[in-house]
Amino acid sequence: MEQKVNNKNVFMGYTRSDLTNFLIVMILSFVAIPLLVKTDYWYSSILIPWLCLALAAIGQQIVMGYAGQLALGAAGFMAAGAFACFNLILRVPDIPFFVALGLSGLVAAAFGILFGLPSLRVRGIYLMVATLASQFFIVWMIDKFGWFKNYDTSGIITAQDIVILGKPFTSPLEMYFVILVVVTVLTVLAVNMARGSTGRNWMAVRDMDIAAESMGISLLKTKLQAFAICAFYCGVAGALFAFTYLKSLEPVAFDIKLSFKILFMVILGGLGTISGAFIGAAFILLFPVLLNSIGNNVFHGAIDATIISSIEQVVFGVLIIVFMIYEPLGMAKLWGNIKQRFLRKRSLQ
Amino acid sequence: MTEVLFFIEVVVAGLLAGTMYSLVALGFVLIYKASSTFNFAQGAMVFFAVLAFVGFMELGLPFSLAFVVTVLLMVLVGFCTERMVLNPLMNQSEDTLLMATIGLGFVLEGLAQAAWGVEVRRLDLGIGDFPIEWIIDVFGLFVSALDLTAGIVAAVLIIGLALIFKYTRMGLGLRAVADDPGAASSIGIPLKNIMLLVWSAAGVVALVAGMMWGARAGVQFALVDLALKALPVLIIGGFSSIPGAIIGGLIIGATEKVLEVYVGPFFGGAIEGWAPYVLAIFFLLYRPEGLFGEKIIRRV
Repeated sequence: MEQKVNNKNVFMGYTRSDLTNFLIVMILSFVAIPLLVKTDYWYSSILIPWLCLALAAIGQQIVMGYAGQLALGAAGFMAAGAFACFNLILRVPDIPFFVALGLSGLVAAAFGILFGLPSLRVRGIYLMVATLASQFFIVWMIDKFGWFKNYDTSGIITAQDIVILGKPFTSPLEMYFVILVVVTVLTVLAVNMARGSTGRNWMAVRDMDIAAESMGISLLKTKLQAFAICAFYCGVAGALFAFTYLKSLEPVAFDIKLSFKILFMVILGGLGTISGAFIGAAFILLFPVLLNSIGNNVFHGAIDATIISSIEQVVFGVLIIVFMIYEPLGMAKLWGNIKQRFLRKRSLQ
Repeated sequence: MTEVLFFIEVVVAGLLAGTMYSLVALGFVLIYKASSTFNFAQGAMVFFAVLAFVGFMELGLPFSLAFVVTVLLMVLVGFCTERMVLNPLMNQSEDTLLMATIGLGFVLEGLAQAAWGVEVRRLDLGIGDFPIEWIIDVFGLFVSALDLTAGIVAAVLIIGLALIFKYTRMGLGLRAVADDPGAASSIGIPLKNIMLLVWSAAGVVALVAGMMWGARAGVQFALVDLALKALPVLIIGGFSSIPGAIIGGLIIGATEKVLEVYVGPFFGGAIEGWAPYVLAIFFLLYRPEGLFGEKIIRRV
């Protein structure tokens, strides 16, 4: 009986359990965490980068998991967003922070459309190479033209303080709230896009683009839309990443390694699920922390730090292969399976 | 006249540097031809192979023995890859295999660094990276000895591989597998052995490429990123063509150098980093299957 009630459409196609889950997550993140977590370390080293990277991973998820376009340039779009935000705040007097954030997302989206163009002709690995161009080009451009860096020669620019309605948001907890609001809004948007006709078009193109085209879905519009939205999310994420986590702007921070990291978040988290972006980001971020603390506490620093980071790389690689072989749908699916088994057991009792 | 000479010099340097890209690209093509798998780990294999080679040399092995041992190691890597990665993923989509090879690349990079450390090694092949005297005397051109050696090695390797593919039983089997794996295995061609052979060959090519690059730029992690440069080479040449890999490499090498020297200064230099990719994009828009690739026709 309970199952039936749960499946009923309560609000805009969401079931009651969807809404309660959402409410629980909201209470947890907005009330419980700020009340329980008191140390700045958790905010500035774990929660803030996690949310930023998860946001970028949602962008990657949209273009890769939903629209099926193998793109590898997330960090390039993040760099575009970060530097756009820096310049907007620097050059436009009294610009509200959220407006600057939105505009920098749009700047990144413009790059997304430009570098998404090859997706109309090519797919798979070919597309990956084409999107690599965006990665290298954007970072090079920022590095070479002094204007973007306000002619700073040191290479590292301090990010401005976040000021909203005249109040500066500088402590880790305050910044956590700023990010949380942005991430919540954009996640809800992404979930709705993925469920709506936009997302269905993406998935149709992903599953077979020629069939989708013959059914009247415009490939041009759908693919470029996916690229634009992906770049928008990455741009916003990059701006937040630079302003709240790095607290500085340097093109080097957005290198190809970061793009790979975001790719792995999506693969390990689970292609084609928004929750996978969060799970994957958490895993990629926390795993090195865990490995380091094992190295420090169990072996008391007997293992060299470079060895640990090498082992980390090996384990990531092995995990990717294992997931590709046994669970191509990633950790989100794994979690779903566990939950389902648990629920089935409960209903049998 | 000196300007013309200088231009020729730039082009020749570019062409020879291009053969180095071709060497890396060749490894990709070998595997792609036989299994339609895009082996993203090729760059990591280059790094792994040459680091192992330098590691063995440091253990006191002589040059030739270190080379043989490293080749055996690369065969082992090929064997493990075939058994543990490719076999379980048989009949999966190309994208899945691609992602699995990205994972493989990470494993190899991590293993290499864990075993042999992260510091930059020097590799001395006994060939200097300086101009050859007699070429200066005869043609008035500055051509690096290392570049020239790389070019010759690449040529020998490619001709050798082409001959093996064309005239041996193994090569015939390989071409059959490349054409249609299902049909090939149904008439008794040992798919596993062919795969092992191909991965081993790619490993040897990776070692040679790594030695050339390592002698020039030092044996270091940046080799992995250099291997990414082989991607635009493949796009221009086509993924399944060995001559394509060569010509693609030459085109990329020459264009990159010419652009860097003549156009770069207007933009503050260092356009080498992205110019090949942009060139590849323009190529993609015009000829998605590359110069020598087979045209792909997709149907519902």
